[in-house]
Amino acid sequence: MKFGVITFPGSNCDQDMVYVLETILEQEVVQLWHKDHDLKGVDFVVLPGGFSYGDYLRSGAIANYSPLMKEVREFAEKGGFVLGICNGFQILCESGLLPGTLLHNDHQKFTCKNVFLKADNNSSLINREVPLDEVLNIPIAHAEGRYYASEETLKEINANNQVIYRYCDADGNVTADSNPNGSLENIAGVCNKAGNVFGMMPHPERAADPELGNTDGLTILKSILAAVPA
Amino acid sequence: MSTTTEQSAADLKTALELGLTEDEFNKIKEILGRDPNFTELSIYSVMWSEHCSYKNSIVWLKKLPKDGPHMLAEAGEENAGLVDIGDGLACAFKIESHNHPSALEPYQGAATGVGGINRDIFTMGARPVAQLNSLRFGDIKSDRTKWLLKGVVKGIGDYGNSFGIPVIGGEVFFDECYNTNPLVNAMSAGIMDADKMISATSHGVGNPVYIVGSSTGKDGIHGAAFASKDITEDSMDDLPAVQVGDPFQEKLLLEASMELADTDIIIGMQDMGAAGITCSSCEMSAKGEHGMIIDLDKVPTRQDGMLPFEILLSESQERMLVVVKKGKEAELERIFEKWDLNCKQIGEVTAGGMIEYHANGELVAKVPAESLVLGGGAPVYEREYKEAEYYKLNKAFDINSVDQPKDYKAVAKHLYTHPNIASKKWVYEQYDSMVGTVNMSTNYPTDAGIVNIKGSKKALSFTVDCNARYVYADPEEGCAIAVAEAARNIVCSGGEPSAITNCLNFGNPYNPEVYWQFVGAIKGMKKSCEKFKTPVTGGNVSFYNQSQQEGKDVPVFPTPTIGMMGIVPDKEKICTLAFQNEGDEIYLIGKSVNDISSSEYLYSYCGVKNSPAPHFDLDEEFKLQEAIKDLIAKSVVNSAHDCADGGLFIALLEAGMPNGFGFEVKTDDSVRKDAFLFGEAQSRVVVSVSADKKAEMEALLQKHGVEFFNMGKVGGSQMLIDGENFGELADAKAANEVALENYLK
Repeated sequence: MKFGVITFPGSNCDQDMVYVLETILEQEVVQLWHKDHDLKGVDFVVLPGGFSYGDYLRSGAIANYSPLMKEVREFAEKGGFVLGICNGFQILCESGLLPGTLLHNDHQKFTCKNVFLKADNNSSLINREVPLDEVLNIPIAHAEGRYYASEETLKEINANNQVIYRYCDADGNVTADSNPNGSLENIAGVCNKAGNVFGMMPHPERAADPELGNTDGLTILKSILAAVPA
Repeated sequence: MSTTTEQSAADLKTALELGLTEDEFNKIKEILGRDPNFTELSIYSVMWSEHCSYKNSIVWLKKLPKDGPHMLAEAGEENAGLVDIGDGLACAFKIESHNHPSALEPYQGAATGVGGINRDIFTMGARPVAQLNSLRFGDIKSDRTKWLLKGVVKGIGDYGNSFGIPVIGGEVFFDECYNTNPLVNAMSAGIMDADKMISATSHGVGNPVYIVGSSTGKDGIHGAAFASKDITEDSMDDLPAVQVGDPFQEKLLLEASMELADTDIIIGMQDMGAAGITCSSCEMSAKGEHGMIIDLDKVPTRQDGMLPFEILLSESQERMLVVVKKGKEAELERIFEKWDLNCKQIGEVTAGGMIEYHANGELVAKVPAESLVLGGGAPVYEREYKEAEYYKLNKAFDINSVDQPKDYKAVAKHLYTHPNIASKKWVYEQYDSMVGTVNMSTNYPTDAGIVNIKGSKKALSFTVDCNARYVYADPEEGCAIAVAEAARNIVCSGGEPSAITNCLNFGNPYNPEVYWQFVGAIKGMKKSCEKFKTPVTGGNVSFYNQSQQEGKDVPVFPTPTIGMMGIVPDKEKICTLAFQNEGDEIYLIGKSVNDISSSEYLYSYCGVKNSPAPHFDLDEEFKLQEAIKDLIAKSVVNSAHDCADGGLFIALLEAGMPNGFGFEVKTDDSVRKDAFLFGEAQSRVVVSVSADKKAEMEALLQKHGVEFFNMGKVGGSQMLIDGENFGELADAKAANEVALENYLK
């Protein structure tokens, strides 16, 4: 599979994602520049974490107007795979490609730490290969990660299995204490109705290098590879 | 003030108002061969300020060891020191203070401190890979301290998180001496190809001079001069001297600079920190032994009508001065255009050493570059010093005047919930510690932060250390300890100490007792650095960290923060501080000493404020570190953790907490039990070892001539000492983790 990782001005996890996909998972990766109008024939687009445009105005709000986002929208509408992590998730929510939005954390602070997640279902590419009883230890690092959606939207995304991951405790229980930012229903990530656009606040690419002593993120990334034939 | 007044001759009164002395004013007249105008006088006042010129410290700083086998750029030569780390790579690292701005405006003060230090690194062509910080605040119970702490931490976080470089280590310390003057020291380290260093120089007549990055505004004017005086009730009037940071611009500037570093068009580049355009143009010109002609009208400004001296002295952030080869202008402009940054030619290199600044078609200042800079014409002073009065009181302390505690568990709890020892989780979770995917200490805690060099067998380790209470107790020994402790942290994590950067935070140098502290600290640093072969690659001096309290000048504790870099030769052999296995045996390596001097226990539990620095012997320390290195290199031990603040008990607790292991140990009855558990005698390390390796370990330690004591075993859920249950480790861990946050509520 050919991956494309977009660099927006202020992206700061783009090279981390490239390293994991290219060096650890041995995939073909091209780097995409936000000012271009060319997705260079990739099969899978990644919007990495960071602070695009400084997160000024509102996180993700300005990046949504980057030139390349036009192509990303068209690509997604045609069923192309798009994954946004952290700031990338925020951009995808701003662009309307994903339901809901991400508010300031309930405690009003930036927070960076390892948290526990589990797949909510096995219905989409990004959680298909993740056993439902497996608890993953994945880092978060954000100030605006509190997932919010209207009651109606929430009902709909639950019914359609669009919630891809939820925060939980070490034993896999979805509890208030294990919710690091006040997200509704401990939602850590969602996908669109068609199941080709995904967004999540936790950073699987930060838990993918054996040298850093935690490879739980590979479980998520490998799920993508397993589900899509090369 | 009109432009004309600025161009007419300035008098002594103006010079004094700008912080110059009469002698300095006369010297300026001599250099110029005429009376300076206001703009020129302003230039001299900032360039000769303590902050830029090091005029009261350089005599002593020169005594520090600068050269080492791995040094590529020595202290003062470039924006930061550069160390060869092998495989064609070099590491640039430096620590810097932003104390004065943070005292007035903690959020922006701290944020711009982070911005400034990172620019020092990437100006050289190195991509920052790790940040650390060392913070000092006053009494945590005061509302002002809480405001300062919250603001500083948010400022460091917001700037650094957006900029995208992980914070991998740091320290936070509270004492009333910092009530008015908090200390905010930020460190950054970067990696680059050793042969691609960009120098802070300027030469080649006709080469174009560019300003790149943010527009110039009225912020930070006279900031360097502000940082060169005491904090008083009038300091709020200096608020415009505090700059405002924009991490997004910094990130763009970083990426553009990295692209620039990959070209061969560059002559020199320097960050605009203190004294902005003035300092960068003078220092680069002086280094390259050329002059410059600069048209201030071409500088992109944030507002109209800025006066020439304002443009010259503005400390607006996220700007650089760049000199490129003539004919390569388009290539430079293309890079900055890509990153949507200003890139404007404002002048060119000239022969001779004069710098001319023009505005509105007239010459507004003309000064010889060399006369302004450190190592050139900037003044150098020898200050007098005398032993501080309190020192005798410290020396007179006798351990027998302190009764042993009746309730050891109460002392233990006092310590693990004390803000100086409690977990700093509330602080560090607000920093992105994992961006860049190089932090090897996240999942495997170590005494020094370990940074992976991807694709290499090696890693780097970094730490910042200074127990300022020890330095106050005895400047020379205390500062020698700060270096030794930094080295011990590097060694315990599996590294080899390489070099240091220092941030010397002191009171007013014109106070002979303060200067005595400074001189003592330099002497202690020198002997320790020589012993560990860790040259000083650079850093900064921050004097005037003092304020008036009840009619008396109160300086902060002398705080020479040491930032150390080490190389981990084999990252397979990184050593964690955390106990790994139930049943492993616990050893104290190093000598048990009947000493409680300057410990947190003596200071805050017993309330004894005067005592000497803790026991420390440089040769003994060196031997200990050689032994620990050997144990780790031979993979004999499963964990190693240095005994520091709070003593051995806290070291055991910290080793137990990450994996939730209790311990059962006995004390060494050759010394007082409180000294053994809570004393802070140096040169002690707690290790855990599996039973089948203990004979090998003991033999190695005997060979090294280092004392050891088999204390007991890892295991269970409790903390058992001499059969007494000090409680459940999980409960102590919970209390330790929430203590700081509870203070801040």
